[in-house]
This record gives sequence, structure tokens and C-alpha cells, in this order.
Amino acid sequence: MKWNKGYTISLSLIAGCAWLVFSLFMAVSNGAKEMDLHTVWTAVFDYNASLTPHQIIHELRLPRVLGAALTGMAFAVAGAIMQGVTRNPMADTGLLGVNAGAAFVVALCFALLPALSYSHLMLLSFVGAALSTLFIMLLGSAAPGGLTSLRLTIAGAVVAAILHSLSTGIAIYFDLSQDLAFWYAGGVAGIKWMHLKLLAPVILAGLAGAMLLGRPITFLSLGEEAATGLGIKTARIRILGLLIAVVLAGASVSAAGSIAFVGLVIPHMARRIVGVDYRFVLPFSALLGGSLLVWADFASRMVNPPREFAIGAMVAMVGVPFFLYLARKERREL
Amino acid sequence: MDQSAYRARRAITVSVVMFILAIVVILIGLNTGTIRLSPLAVWQTLLGGGTTEEQMILFDYRLPRIVVTMLGGIGLGVAGAVLQGVSRNALADPGILGLHAGAAFGLIVFVSFFRTMEGSLAMLIPMFTFAGGSIIAIVIILLAYDRQRGIMPIRLILVGIAIEAGVSAITLFLSLKLDPDTYTFAARWLAGSVWGRDWINVWALLPWIVILVPIIYLKSKTLDLFSFGDEIASGVGSSVTRNRLLMMILAVALSCASVSMTGGIGFIGLVAPHLARRLAGPQHRYFLPAAASIGLVILVAADTIGRSIFQPNAIPAGVIVALIGGPYFLYMLFRKKV
Repeated sequence: MKWNKGYTISLSLIAGCAWLVFSLFMAVSNGAKEMDLHTVWTAVFDYNASLTPHQIIHELRLPRVLGAALTGMAFAVAGAIMQGVTRNPMADTGLLGVNAGAAFVVALCFALLPALSYSHLMLLSFVGAALSTLFIMLLGSAAPGGLTSLRLTIAGAVVAAILHSLSTGIAIYFDLSQDLAFWYAGGVAGIKWMHLKLLAPVILAGLAGAMLLGRPITFLSLGEEAATGLGIKTARIRILGLLIAVVLAGASVSAAGSIAFVGLVIPHMARRIVGVDYRFVLPFSALLGGSLLVWADFASRMVNPPREFAIGAMVAMVGVPFFLYLARKERREL
Repeated sequence: MDQSAYRARRAITVSVVMFILAIVVILIGLNTGTIRLSPLAVWQTLLGGGTTEEQMILFDYRLPRIVVTMLGGIGLGVAGAVLQGVSRNALADPGILGLHAGAAFGLIVFVSFFRTMEGSLAMLIPMFTFAGGSIIAIVIILLAYDRQRGIMPIRLILVGIAIEAGVSAITLFLSLKLDPDTYTFAARWLAGSVWGRDWINVWALLPWIVILVPIIYLKSKTLDLFSFGDEIASGVGSSVTRNRLLMMILAVALSCASVSMTGGIGFIGLVAPHLARRLAGPQHRYFLPAAASIGLVILVAADTIGRSIFQPNAIPAGVIVALIGGPYFLYMLFRKKV
């Protein structure tokens, strides 16, 4: 029985890896211009700058697809950590104010520092995401009765609504028109190698840190008493976990804009397949999340070429029905 | 007996104070704007005097706008009170329940397909926002409905959040395709900039308020029964499910009508009933009028602040309301166990 379970888990992880690699290849080789696999292969591993197909793949598609994979992984793992640490099955970076905080700071930057470089903008939006999440967490913990999942969800929604309202106010007052909406809708189309150089180390470090926390998060997700009984320093793990989640989500929001539901839906799927052990849930979420965004991005440019469909709307089409399904299953009064 | 007399006296005091406050806010609102009118000039003009210019400013620009904000504030305050009573959830709010996202969706659909904010077609905007808000509300109510247990308050909130997020994603997607001018109009509307500024908007909103608010007020006793819980309510002979549905529909209609004239203004439906309940007590016949007048005061004040302090680009009233209402909401959320 024990062997059987381990077998399922390793098989799922291997299949997940294979699926992600397959998705990457599909997304790189298909697009406005079809490429055969050989061209893709040589463009990646034997790059020749004088060939146009090589250039398209190397300069446009590869960074974009890698960006989609990285941000998808980051969103999914951040969501999984948040759900485990807060023991709230509805936790999601989008619902917890990460996106709204980032958007608010970006609105401020557009209004007051219009000449800001893209990398600085990324950094600042990241800071905004971190601050708003911390604020919501602190509010949640300060209340009598502690951090209940309903309270966290509502606090997140309200703080997000306030920040959103403020951002719109700033955008209207300073006549920013659609700039903010375009940033908010984001998408990975604009990701270039230059940005990947900034993004990849942060996200990979965050993912590595998350994997190290797999065991303690599993115990935390079983309940405070169980974790303390097993010698886990719950407060430390909770803070570390949330920090990593904010780093991951903040980095991906700053690069790809507000993509809700990845962090919510993917961990649920992962738990259903590999069980409740976060040592496996986290890497499997990363694989699934990465592939989901690669496919969503792929679909968004294939629906109506050469125009692109907003990737956030694409993900919402999958995410909303799933969230509703979860909400309907929620029979207890939280 | 003493207690009910005390409550009645207290409710009357609150109503009188609110009435005076409302008059003050309205008068300040009439005075301020790009062109300032002195209180005396306002008074004289209202009584039929004043110069032609003063008459034009007052009767063609300021008065209709203020009447729309007054009516909208009343509508949102009362609708919020009903929703909170019906769902037995002190945190229920038309905005949280997806009505605004739906109304915004209706607006974006309208401007995406007609691409106009001028002329007679613009009069269709309220119809689209009204339809959007009520359709989304119905979807949420249906999805939150459980065959055995009726509408579960907690599920209502969760479903509301999800639907709102999904609809907002589509709204965002559509709004990216708008040209900058149309987008600016839509963004202002979404942020709750009172857009109904003509007498025709007043006449469109007035019937909803004049008809629905008294009906709701007559149902005060029914609303009171909900707070005892479903078992007791049905024990005294109130048909719980039917009444809940009816009251919910009334509240949805009221807030959709208000929002379609004032723009996407959140938090009033939440904050006004709360304050009213604290001031006038939990009985609906006492606190409904208070909720209506507090809603009126908040919205007229927010609109006046937004258009007078921040010049030349007025800040939408919705932003001001969120800045005041949001923190109050959080304060309520964390003061008590939910």
C-alpha cells in the first residue's frame, strides 16, 4: 500500500515534468509562423542569429514561453503555500490583495514618476504587493478569534477594493487613461531576456525555498496543535512561508500582471492527485501551474491571431467555474 | 414598554439629527463647485430670485445632480440594510455581492458595441447597467441556493467574490479595446463618479425610490423576523423562503437602479445600515429611515468633496466613499466575531 502510493506520486511527478516540457515545445514551435521541431531544436541549442526563424524563436517566443512557465510556477506555488499556511482552501494571491497592492504602487509610479525604467517598476510593484499582503495578514491576526479563513478572505477583498478604488482615483486624476489597465491585464507577451534575467533568479530562489518548507507546511496544514506537538516552530514557518509566497506572487504579478485563480485552482488539483503531503504538492503545483500558463498564453495568441486575448480572462474562464464548485462544496459555516 | 418608548424616542432623535445634517450637506453641496454661490444667493435663487446665471447654475447643473445623489444614497443605504437583514450577515453589501461588477460589465458591453456616450443613445446606459447588475445578482443568488437549506449566507459571499472576479476579468479584457476617451468615461463610471446630472436622470430614478422604499418599509416586521433565524421566523407564520426571495429582489432592484444613475459606488450599502443600527437600534422600522438618511448624507458629502477639493480633475464620489467606508468596514469586521 505504502509502495503503491509512492509509486503514484513519482509517476505523477515524472508525467508532470514531461507534460511541462511538451507544453514548452508546443508553445515555442507553434504561433503565427509554424516551425518544425528541428528548427526549434537548432534555434535553442545551436543558435544562428542570421536565420529569421531562429531569431523569432530566440528573441520572441523563447523568453515569452519561459516567462509564462516561470510566472505560472510562481503563482501556483505561492497559492499552495498560502493555502497550507493559512489552512484556508480559498486562499489565493489574487484574492489576498497582492495584485491590488502592486497595481496601486504602479498607479503611483505612472502618475508621479513616469520616466521610471521597467526594472524599477517591477521592483516597486513587488514592494507594493508585499506591503498590502503584510497589512492584510496583520489585520487578520489582530482580530479577536485570530486568523479565520472567512475573515482573511473578506479582509483581502475589502483592502483590495480600497486599493483598487484608490488606483482608479489616481488614474483619473492624473489622466493615465488605459495605461494602468494595460499593465493590470499584463500577460507575458512583453517579457524579454532582459526581464527574465531579473525574474528568473528571484522566482527560482523562491521555488527552492518553498520546496525546503514542504515538510513543516504539511504539518501546519494539519493544524496548529499537531504541528507544535511535532516540534515545528509554527510562527517561524508561517512567516517564512508567507514571505516566500509574497516574493513569488509579487515577482510574477510585477512581470505578468494580475492573473487570478492560478494560485487557487492548481494546488487543489495537485492535492487531489498527489495527496496532502506538501513535499509533493509544491513541486507538482509548480509543474501544473507552469504548464497551465504556457497553455493559456498559447491559447491567448492562437484564438484570434494576430490579436491577443488577455491571458487573465483566459485563466478566469477555467478558474471561476472551479471556484464555484469549491464554494458549493463548502457546507460548513467556515 | 418603557424600553420601546425609549427606542422610539431615540429613533426620532436620530432621524431629526440626520435630517438637519442632510439639509446642511445639501446646502453646502449647492454652494460649492467651480463657481461658488453664497448660501444667501442659493436661498434667494431657490425662492425664485437671483440672476439668470445663478438660476442656470442652480437649476440646470447643481440641483439635478444633487437630487440624483440624494436618491442614490437613499437607495443604496436601504438596499444594503435589506440585504444585511435578509442574509443575516452584517457584512453583506451590494458591492460585495457582485452587483457592481455586473453593472460595470453592462456598461462596458454598452460602450464596446455602441461606442457613444452622447445623445439619445446614452439614455440606454442605465438600462444596460441595470440589466448587468440584476443578471449577475440573479446568477449569484441561484448559485448560492441550496435545495435543502435555502440561500446560505457564507456561500453567498464566496460565490459573490468568485463571480465578481470572473466578470471583472472579462470587463478588463473588453475595456482594453476601447478608445482612450470612451475608456476614460467608463473608468470614471466604474470608480463611482455620479454621472446622472440632468433632470431626466432624476425622473428615471425617482419612481424606483418612491415606490420600492415604502414597500420595503412596510415590510419592516418581516425583516425583523429574519434576525431571529429561520426556525423562529417560520414558526410565527412567516413564509421564510418566499419572503427572503422577495426582499432580495426588491433590494437588488433598488441598488441596481441607484447604481445605474450614480455609477459604481460601493460601501454605502454596507456602512450606512451599520451606523444606522448602532444609532437607532435593530428594529427595521426605526433604523431603515436612519439608513436611508445616512446613505444620503454620505453620498452627497462624498460627491461634494470629490468635485470641490480636487480640481480640475474631480475625484469620483466612489473613491471618497471607499476611503471612508473601507476602513470602517475593516473596523467592523475585526471588532466582532464573524
